[in-house]
Amino acid sequence: MSDVLHHETLLGGDKCSFILPRHHALTLVAGGPRSAVALLAFRAGRTHERYNMPDSLKAQHTAFLSAGRVLLSDMGRVLLSVTNDSCGWHDTISGHMSAASALAKYGECTYQQERNAMVRNSRDNLLIELGKWELTERDLHANLNAFVKIAADAEGNLAWHPNAAAGQRLTLRAELDTLVILSNTPHPFDPWTDYAPDSVELSIARVPPPGPDDPCRTKRSENARAFQLSESVIA
Amino acid sequence: MIFDHIIPAGDGFLHVLPAGCRFRITDSEGNQAVDTLFFAHPDSAERYDATATLQAQRRVYLTTGSRLMSSRGRTMLTITEDTCGRHDTLGGACACESNQVRYALDKRYMHACRETFLLQIATNQVGLTKRDCGHNINFFMNVPVTPEGGLSFADGISGPGRFVEMRAEIDSLVLISNCPQLNNPCNGWNPTPVRVQAWAA
Repeated sequence: MSDVLHHETLLGGDKCSFILPRHHALTLVAGGPRSAVALLAFRAGRTHERYNMPDSLKAQHTAFLSAGRVLLSDMGRVLLSVTNDSCGWHDTISGHMSAASALAKYGECTYQQERNAMVRNSRDNLLIELGKWELTERDLHANLNAFVKIAADAEGNLAWHPNAAAGQRLTLRAELDTLVILSNTPHPFDPWTDYAPDSVELSIARVPPPGPDDPCRTKRSENARAFQLSESVIA
Repeated sequence: MIFDHIIPAGDGFLHVLPAGCRFRITDSEGNQAVDTLFFAHPDSAERYDATATLQAQRRVYLTTGSRLMSSRGRTMLTITEDTCGRHDTLGGACACESNQVRYALDKRYMHACRETFLLQIATNQVGLTKRDCGHNINFFMNVPVTPEGGLSFADGISGPGRFVEMRAEIDSLVLISNCPQLNNPCNGWNPTPVRVQAWAA
Protein backbone atom coordinates (compact mmCIF):
# COMPACT_ATOMS: atom_id res chain seq x y z
CA MET A 1 0.00 0.00 0.00
CA SER A 2 1.57 3.22 -1.12
CA ASP A 3 -0.07 5.39 1.53
CA VAL A 4 1.47 3.51 4.48
CA LEU A 5 3.47 6.06 6.47
CA HIS A 6 4.89 3.72 9.05
CA HIS A 7 5.28 0.01 9.56
CA GLU A 8 6.75 -2.04 12.35
CA THR A 9 6.61 -5.45 14.00
CA LEU A 10 5.50 -5.62 17.61
CA LEU A 11 7.13 -8.76 18.98
CA GLY A 12 5.26 -11.06 21.32
CA GLY A 13 5.56 -9.49 24.78
CA ASP A 14 6.44 -6.05 23.42
CA LYS A 15 4.59 -2.74 23.81
CA CYS A 16 4.58 0.71 22.28
CA SER A 17 2.76 4.04 22.35
CA PHE A 18 2.33 6.84 19.85
CA ILE A 19 -0.03 9.56 18.74
CA LEU A 20 -2.29 8.49 15.88
CA PRO A 21 -3.23 11.73 14.12
CA ARG A 22 -6.83 12.48 13.19
CA HIS A 23 -7.90 10.68 10.00
CA HIS A 24 -5.01 8.26 10.13
CA ALA A 25 -5.63 4.54 10.44
CA LEU A 26 -3.76 2.00 12.52
CA THR A 27 -3.90 -1.56 11.19
CA LEU A 28 -2.94 -4.49 13.40
CA VAL A 29 -2.29 -7.84 11.71
CA ALA A 30 -2.09 -10.90 13.95
CA GLY A 31 1.00 -13.06 13.52
CA GLY A 32 -0.75 -16.14 14.87
CA PRO A 33 -3.38 -17.49 17.26
CA ARG A 34 -1.48 -16.12 20.25
CA SER A 35 -1.55 -12.48 19.17
CA ALA A 36 -3.48 -10.47 21.78
CA VAL A 37 -3.14 -6.71 22.04
CA ALA A 38 -4.24 -4.77 25.12
CA LEU A 39 -5.07 -1.24 23.94
CA LEU A 40 -5.69 2.05 25.75
CA ALA A 41 -6.67 5.29 23.99
CA PHE A 42 -6.49 8.89 25.21
CA ARG A 43 -7.12 12.18 23.50
CA ALA A 44 -3.66 13.42 22.55
CA GLY A 45 -2.56 16.40 24.63
CA ARG A 46 -5.78 16.28 26.67
CA THR A 47 -5.31 12.91 28.30
CA HIS A 48 -7.96 13.55 30.94
CA GLU A 49 -10.28 12.52 28.09
CA ARG A 50 -9.95 8.82 27.34
CA TYR A 51 -11.59 5.68 25.94
CA ASN A 52 -14.45 4.73 28.19
CA MET A 53 -15.53 1.11 28.08
CA PRO A 54 -19.02 1.38 29.62
CA ASP A 55 -19.93 4.46 27.59
CA SER A 56 -18.84 2.69 24.39
CA LEU A 57 -20.75 -0.49 25.21
CA LYS A 58 -24.04 0.99 26.36
CA ALA A 59 -24.24 3.43 23.45
CA GLN A 60 -23.83 0.58 20.96
CA HIS A 61 -25.68 -2.14 22.93
CA THR A 62 -22.74 -4.51 22.68
CA ALA A 63 -20.22 -6.16 25.00
CA PHE A 64 -17.47 -6.35 22.33
CA LEU A 65 -16.15 -4.33 19.40
CA SER A 66 -16.14 -5.19 15.69
CA ALA A 67 -16.44 -3.47 12.30
CA GLY A 68 -18.66 -0.37 12.27
CA ARG A 69 -18.34 0.20 15.99
CA VAL A 70 -16.49 3.01 17.72
CA LEU A 71 -14.40 3.66 20.83
CA LEU A 72 -16.03 6.57 22.63
CA SER A 73 -14.32 8.90 25.05
CA ASP A 74 -15.81 9.76 28.42
CA MET A 75 -16.82 13.10 26.85
CA GLY A 76 -19.09 11.51 24.26
CA ARG A 77 -16.69 11.86 21.33
CA VAL A 78 -15.40 9.20 18.95
CA LEU A 79 -11.68 8.63 19.45
CA LEU A 80 -11.29 5.57 17.21
CA SER A 81 -13.59 3.88 14.67
CA VAL A 82 -13.32 0.22 13.71
CA THR A 83 -13.23 0.65 9.94
CA ASN A 84 -12.03 -2.84 9.07
CA ASP A 85 -12.06 -6.09 10.98
CA SER A 86 -11.68 -9.65 9.74
CA CYS A 87 -11.86 -11.13 13.23
CA GLY A 88 -15.39 -10.26 14.36
CA TRP A 89 -14.81 -9.96 18.09
CA HIS A 90 -12.46 -7.82 20.20
CA ASP A 91 -12.96 -8.12 23.95
CA THR A 92 -13.67 -5.09 26.12
CA ILE A 93 -14.78 -6.47 29.48
CA SER A 94 -12.18 -8.87 30.85
CA GLY A 95 -9.18 -6.66 31.54
CA HIS A 96 -5.54 -7.66 31.34
CA MET A 97 -2.90 -9.86 32.93
CA SER A 98 -1.01 -8.60 35.99
CA ALA A 99 2.40 -9.59 37.31
CA ALA A 100 0.73 -11.78 39.94
CA SER A 101 -1.46 -13.62 37.43
CA ALA A 102 1.52 -14.07 35.07
CA LEU A 103 3.53 -15.59 37.92
CA ALA A 104 0.66 -17.93 38.77
CA LYS A 105 0.23 -18.98 35.13
CA TYR A 106 3.84 -19.32 33.94
CA GLY A 107 5.93 -19.56 37.08
CA GLU A 108 8.97 -17.39 37.63
CA CYS A 109 10.61 -16.19 34.43
CA THR A 110 12.58 -13.04 35.21
CA TYR A 111 15.11 -10.89 33.42
CA GLN A 112 17.82 -12.39 35.65
CA GLN A 113 16.89 -15.86 34.38
CA GLU A 114 15.93 -15.27 30.78
CA ARG A 115 17.17 -11.77 29.84
CA ASN A 116 14.84 -10.37 27.18
CA ALA A 117 12.96 -13.64 26.81
CA MET A 118 11.44 -12.93 30.23
CA VAL A 119 7.69 -13.04 30.78
CA ARG A 120 6.15 -9.60 30.31
CA ASN A 121 2.61 -8.96 31.50
CA SER A 122 0.07 -6.50 30.16
CA ARG A 123 -0.35 -4.38 33.28
CA ASP A 124 3.36 -3.72 33.78
CA ASN A 125 3.73 -2.98 30.05
CA LEU A 126 0.79 -0.55 30.10
CA LEU A 127 2.10 1.18 33.25
CA ILE A 128 5.52 1.65 31.62
CA GLU A 129 4.05 3.14 28.45
CA LEU A 130 1.63 5.34 30.46
CA GLY A 131 4.66 6.62 32.36
CA LYS A 132 6.28 7.81 29.14
CA TRP A 133 3.39 10.26 28.79
CA GLU A 134 3.45 11.14 32.52
CA LEU A 135 0.32 9.10 33.13
CA THR A 136 0.02 6.74 36.11
CA GLU A 137 -1.98 3.79 37.40
CA ARG A 138 -4.79 6.29 38.10
CA ASP A 139 -5.14 6.59 34.31
CA LEU A 140 -5.28 2.84 33.70
CA HIS A 141 -8.94 2.03 33.09
CA ALA A 142 -10.55 -0.84 31.18
CA ASN A 143 -8.60 -1.75 28.04
CA LEU A 144 -9.63 -3.22 24.70
CA ASN A 145 -8.25 -6.70 23.97
CA ALA A 146 -7.73 -6.83 20.22
CA PHE A 147 -8.02 -10.34 18.72
CA VAL A 148 -9.40 -11.76 21.99
CA LYS A 149 -12.88 -13.26 22.33
CA ILE A 150 -14.27 -13.69 25.84
CA ALA A 151 -18.00 -14.46 25.80
CA ALA A 152 -20.59 -15.01 28.52
CA ASP A 153 -22.94 -17.99 28.69
CA ALA A 154 -26.62 -17.66 29.62
CA GLU A 155 -25.71 -17.40 33.33
CA GLY A 156 -23.01 -14.80 32.72
CA ASN A 157 -20.03 -17.14 33.11
CA LEU A 158 -17.09 -15.94 31.02
CA ALA A 159 -14.92 -18.14 28.81
CA TRP A 160 -12.14 -17.69 26.25
CA HIS A 161 -12.93 -18.72 22.65
CA PRO A 162 -10.51 -19.25 19.72
CA ASN A 163 -10.46 -16.03 17.70
CA ALA A 164 -7.05 -14.79 16.51
CA ALA A 165 -5.21 -16.39 13.60
CA ALA A 166 -2.29 -15.41 11.38
CA GLY A 167 -3.43 -12.67 9.01
CA GLN A 168 -6.46 -11.50 11.01
CA ARG A 169 -6.69 -7.71 10.69
CA LEU A 170 -8.12 -4.86 12.73
CA THR A 171 -8.10 -1.26 11.47
CA LEU A 172 -8.82 1.68 13.77
CA ARG A 173 -9.26 5.18 12.31
CA ALA A 174 -8.57 8.14 14.60
CA GLU A 175 -11.38 10.73 14.59
CA LEU A 176 -9.38 13.01 16.90
CA ASP A 177 -5.64 13.03 17.56
CA THR A 178 -5.33 9.98 19.80
CA LEU A 179 -2.63 8.64 22.09
CA VAL A 180 -2.63 4.87 21.55
CA ILE A 181 -0.94 2.51 24.01
CA LEU A 182 -0.45 -1.13 23.00
CA SER A 183 0.82 -4.23 24.76
CA ASN A 184 1.10 -7.46 22.79
CA THR A 185 0.87 -9.79 25.78
CA PRO A 186 -1.25 -12.86 26.57
CA HIS A 187 -4.75 -12.70 28.00
CA PRO A 188 -5.06 -14.49 31.35
CA PHE A 189 -7.93 -16.69 30.10
CA ASP A 190 -6.07 -18.14 27.10
CA PRO A 191 -5.46 -21.91 27.25
CA TRP A 192 -1.66 -21.86 26.78
CA THR A 193 0.36 -22.53 29.90
CA ASP A 194 3.68 -21.69 28.23
CA TYR A 195 4.62 -18.10 27.43
CA ALA A 196 4.96 -17.70 23.67
CA PRO A 197 2.92 -14.75 22.37
CA ASP A 198 2.82 -14.26 18.59
CA SER A 199 3.99 -11.00 17.03
CA VAL A 200 1.70 -8.35 15.53
CA GLU A 201 2.37 -6.19 12.47
CA LEU A 202 1.47 -2.50 12.88
CA SER A 203 1.00 -0.04 10.08
CA ILE A 204 -0.22 3.55 9.95
CA ALA A 205 -1.72 5.18 6.86
CA ARG A 206 -3.37 8.49 6.08
CA VAL A 207 -7.04 7.89 5.20
CA PRO A 208 -9.89 10.11 3.99
CA PRO A 209 -12.11 11.72 6.65
CA PRO A 210 -15.40 9.88 7.18
CA GLY A 211 -18.13 11.08 4.85
CA PRO A 212 -21.84 11.38 5.63
CA ASP A 213 -22.37 7.75 4.62
CA ASP A 214 -19.41 6.34 6.53
CA PRO A 215 -20.42 2.89 7.88
CA CYS A 216 -19.20 3.69 11.41
CA ARG A 217 -21.24 6.91 11.43
CA THR A 218 -24.40 5.30 10.03
CA LYS A 219 -24.21 2.10 12.09
CA ARG A 220 -26.48 3.57 14.80
CA SER A 221 -28.02 6.95 15.61
CA GLU A 222 -25.83 6.99 18.75
CA ASN A 223 -22.70 6.78 16.58
CA ALA A 224 -23.94 9.64 14.38
CA ARG A 225 -24.37 11.86 17.46
CA ALA A 226 -20.92 10.92 18.78
CA PHE A 227 -19.40 11.88 15.39
CA GLN A 228 -21.27 15.19 15.61
CA LEU A 229 -19.65 15.81 19.00
CA SER A 230 -16.17 14.87 17.68
CA GLU A 231 -16.55 17.13 14.66
CA SER A 232 -18.01 20.12 16.54
CA VAL A 233 -16.00 23.34 16.61
CA ILE A 234 -15.99 23.10 20.41
CA ALA A 235 -14.64 19.53 20.42
CA MET B 1 -23.03 2.01 64.02
CA ILE B 2 -20.73 4.01 61.76
CA PHE B 3 -23.50 5.69 59.75
CA ASP B 4 -27.15 5.31 58.85
CA HIS B 5 -28.07 7.68 56.07
CA ILE B 6 -30.77 8.18 53.46
CA ILE B 7 -29.40 9.35 50.08
CA PRO B 8 -32.17 11.27 48.31
CA ALA B 9 -32.76 10.51 44.62
CA GLY B 10 -30.04 12.14 42.52
CA ASP B 11 -27.74 12.96 45.46
CA GLY B 12 -24.30 11.66 46.42
CA PHE B 13 -22.54 10.14 49.42
CA LEU B 14 -18.90 9.68 50.39
CA HIS B 15 -17.62 7.95 53.54
CA VAL B 16 -14.76 5.87 54.89
CA LEU B 17 -15.45 2.16 55.46
CA PRO B 18 -12.98 0.77 58.03
CA ALA B 19 -11.65 -2.74 57.39
CA GLY B 20 -13.96 -5.35 58.85
CA CYS B 21 -17.11 -3.22 58.86
CA ARG B 22 -20.43 -4.34 57.40
CA PHE B 23 -21.82 -2.04 54.74
CA ARG B 24 -25.42 -2.30 53.53
CA ILE B 25 -27.28 -0.52 50.74
CA THR B 26 -31.07 -0.83 50.76
CA ASP B 27 -33.18 -0.16 47.69
CA SER B 28 -35.93 1.57 49.70
CA GLU B 29 -38.62 1.78 47.04
CA GLY B 30 -37.27 -0.64 44.41
CA ASN B 31 -35.51 -0.56 41.03
CA GLN B 32 -33.08 2.21 41.98
CA ALA B 33 -29.60 2.08 40.48
CA VAL B 34 -26.89 2.95 43.02
CA ASP B 35 -23.70 3.90 41.16
CA THR B 36 -20.83 3.04 43.47
CA LEU B 37 -17.03 3.43 43.43
CA PHE B 38 -14.58 2.21 46.06
CA PHE B 39 -11.06 3.49 46.71
CA ALA B 40 -8.41 2.14 49.06
CA HIS B 41 -8.04 4.55 51.97
CA PRO B 42 -5.93 6.60 52.32
CA ASP B 43 -3.99 5.60 49.17
CA SER B 44 -6.70 6.26 46.62
CA ALA B 45 -4.47 5.38 43.64
CA GLU B 46 -5.67 1.83 44.37
CA ARG B 47 -9.34 1.54 43.50
CA TYR B 48 -12.18 -0.79 42.60
CA ASP B 49 -11.45 -2.41 39.24
CA ALA B 50 -14.46 -3.72 37.33
CA THR B 51 -12.54 -5.80 34.79
CA ALA B 52 -10.27 -7.30 37.46
CA THR B 53 -13.40 -8.24 39.39
CA LEU B 54 -14.98 -9.98 36.39
CA GLN B 55 -11.67 -11.70 35.66
CA ALA B 56 -11.33 -12.96 39.24
CA GLN B 57 -14.82 -14.49 39.34
CA ARG B 58 -15.01 -15.32 35.60
CA ARG B 59 -18.59 -14.11 35.68
CA VAL B 60 -20.35 -10.93 34.54
CA TYR B 61 -22.77 -10.32 37.41
CA LEU B 62 -22.10 -9.53 41.06
CA THR B 63 -23.89 -11.27 43.92
CA THR B 64 -23.24 -13.04 47.25
CA GLY B 65 -19.67 -14.31 47.29
CA SER B 66 -18.39 -11.84 44.72
CA ARG B 67 -15.06 -10.34 45.72
CA LEU B 68 -14.74 -6.72 44.65
CA MET B 69 -11.15 -6.53 43.41
CA SER B 70 -8.80 -3.57 43.43
CA SER B 71 -6.59 -2.40 40.61
CA ARG B 72 -3.65 -3.87 42.55
CA GLY B 73 -5.23 -7.30 42.83
CA ARG B 74 -6.49 -7.11 46.41
CA THR B 75 -9.98 -7.96 47.60
CA MET B 76 -11.51 -4.65 48.73
CA LEU B 77 -14.92 -5.89 49.82
CA THR B 78 -16.82 -9.18 49.71
CA ILE B 79 -20.56 -9.35 49.08
CA THR B 80 -21.93 -11.34 52.02
CA GLU B 81 -25.69 -11.05 51.52
CA ASP B 82 -27.85 -10.08 48.55
CA THR B 83 -31.64 -10.16 48.49
CA CYS B 84 -31.77 -8.68 44.97
CA GLY B 85 -29.90 -11.44 43.12
CA ARG B 86 -27.48 -9.70 40.85
CA HIS B 87 -25.83 -6.38 40.20
CA ASP B 88 -24.10 -4.78 37.21
CA THR B 89 -20.55 -3.52 36.80
CA LEU B 90 -20.38 -2.98 33.00
CA GLY B 91 -22.99 -0.25 32.48
CA GLY B 92 -20.89 2.51 33.99
CA ALA B 93 -22.25 5.77 35.33
CA CYS B 94 -24.46 8.08 33.30
CA ALA B 95 -22.93 11.40 32.22
CA CYS B 96 -24.31 14.48 30.50
CA GLU B 97 -22.08 13.68 27.53
CA SER B 98 -23.02 10.00 27.29
CA ASN B 99 -26.69 10.99 27.53
CA GLN B 100 -26.12 13.21 24.50
CA VAL B 101 -24.75 10.25 22.56
CA ARG B 102 -27.36 7.77 23.75
CA TYR B 103 -30.51 9.88 23.58
CA ALA B 104 -30.21 13.33 21.98
CA LEU B 105 -27.76 16.24 21.91
CA ASP B 106 -30.23 18.38 23.88
CA LYS B 107 -30.15 16.02 26.90
CA ARG B 108 -26.95 17.57 28.24
CA TYR B 109 -28.84 19.63 30.83
CA MET B 110 -30.15 16.53 32.62
CA HIS B 111 -28.57 15.63 35.96
CA ALA B 112 -26.24 12.62 35.78
CA CYS B 113 -24.18 10.36 38.05
CA ARG B 114 -20.77 11.60 36.93
CA GLU B 115 -21.85 15.15 37.86
CA THR B 116 -22.57 13.84 41.34
CA PHE B 117 -19.20 12.05 41.53
CA LEU B 118 -17.37 15.23 40.49
CA LEU B 119 -19.25 17.40 42.99
CA GLN B 120 -18.62 14.92 45.81
CA ILE B 121 -14.87 14.73 45.16
CA ALA B 122 -14.65 18.50 44.63
CA THR B 123 -16.33 19.31 47.94
CA ASN B 124 -14.82 16.60 50.13
CA GLN B 125 -11.09 17.19 49.49
CA VAL B 126 -10.16 13.51 49.41
CA GLY B 127 -7.49 13.88 46.73
CA LEU B 128 -9.54 12.44 43.87
CA THR B 129 -10.06 13.86 40.37
CA LYS B 130 -11.98 12.76 37.29
CA ARG B 131 -9.28 10.33 36.24
CA ASP B 132 -9.81 8.38 39.47
CA CYS B 133 -13.45 7.79 38.64
CA GLY B 134 -13.22 4.38 37.04
CA HIS B 135 -15.89 1.94 36.00
CA ASN B 136 -18.35 1.62 38.84
CA ILE B 137 -20.77 -0.94 40.23
CA ASN B 138 -24.46 -0.35 39.60
CA PHE B 139 -26.14 -2.00 42.55
CA PHE B 140 -29.72 -3.14 41.82
CA MET B 141 -29.28 -2.52 38.10
CA ASN B 142 -29.95 -5.18 35.46
CA VAL B 143 -27.64 -5.15 32.42
CA PRO B 144 -27.90 -8.55 30.74
CA VAL B 145 -24.99 -9.68 28.54
CA THR B 146 -26.04 -12.38 26.05
CA PRO B 147 -23.88 -15.24 24.69
CA GLU B 148 -23.90 -13.35 21.35
CA GLY B 149 -22.34 -10.34 23.09
CA GLY B 150 -25.45 -8.16 23.26
CA LEU B 151 -25.67 -5.72 26.16
CA SER B 152 -28.72 -3.71 27.18
CA PHE B 153 -30.27 -1.88 30.11
CA ALA B 154 -33.28 -3.96 31.11
CA ASP B 155 -36.07 -3.44 33.60
CA GLY B 156 -34.89 -3.86 37.15
CA ILE B 157 -35.05 -7.11 39.05
CA SER B 158 -34.96 -5.36 42.42
CA GLY B 159 -37.88 -4.40 44.63
CA PRO B 160 -38.76 -2.34 47.71
CA GLY B 161 -36.57 -3.21 50.70
CA ARG B 162 -34.11 -5.43 48.85
CA PHE B 163 -30.56 -4.94 50.05
CA VAL B 164 -26.97 -5.91 49.41
CA GLU B 165 -24.46 -6.23 52.22
CA MET B 166 -20.67 -6.29 52.03
CA ARG B 167 -17.73 -6.73 54.35
CA ALA B 168 -14.85 -4.30 53.88
CA GLU B 169 -11.61 -6.31 53.70
CA ILE B 170 -9.39 -3.21 53.70
CA ASP B 171 -9.92 0.41 54.74
CA SER B 172 -11.93 1.84 51.87
CA LEU B 173 -13.65 4.98 50.74
CA VAL B 174 -17.12 4.57 49.21
CA LEU B 175 -18.40 7.12 46.69
CA ILE B 176 -22.04 6.85 45.62
CA SER B 177 -24.30 8.56 43.14
CA ASN B 178 -27.94 7.70 43.69
CA CYS B 179 -28.74 7.68 39.98
CA PRO B 180 -30.92 10.48 38.54
CA GLN B 181 -31.28 8.91 35.07
CA LEU B 182 -34.74 9.48 33.51
CA ASN B 183 -33.99 8.34 29.95
CA ASN B 184 -34.05 4.58 30.50
CA PRO B 185 -35.63 2.05 32.89
CA CYS B 186 -32.58 1.73 35.19
CA ASN B 187 -34.49 3.54 37.95
CA GLY B 188 -37.96 2.35 36.98
CA TRP B 189 -38.46 5.82 35.39
CA ASN B 190 -38.74 7.30 38.89
CA PRO B 191 -35.53 7.80 40.92
CA THR B 192 -36.09 7.16 44.64
CA PRO B 193 -34.05 7.38 47.89
CA VAL B 194 -31.74 4.61 49.10
CA ARG B 195 -30.49 3.86 52.61
CA VAL B 196 -26.82 3.24 53.40
CA GLN B 197 -25.70 1.79 56.72
CA ALA B 198 -22.41 0.61 58.16
CA TRP B 199 -21.63 -1.23 61.36
CA ALA B 200 -18.20 -1.59 62.94
CA ALA B 201 -16.65 -5.04 63.04
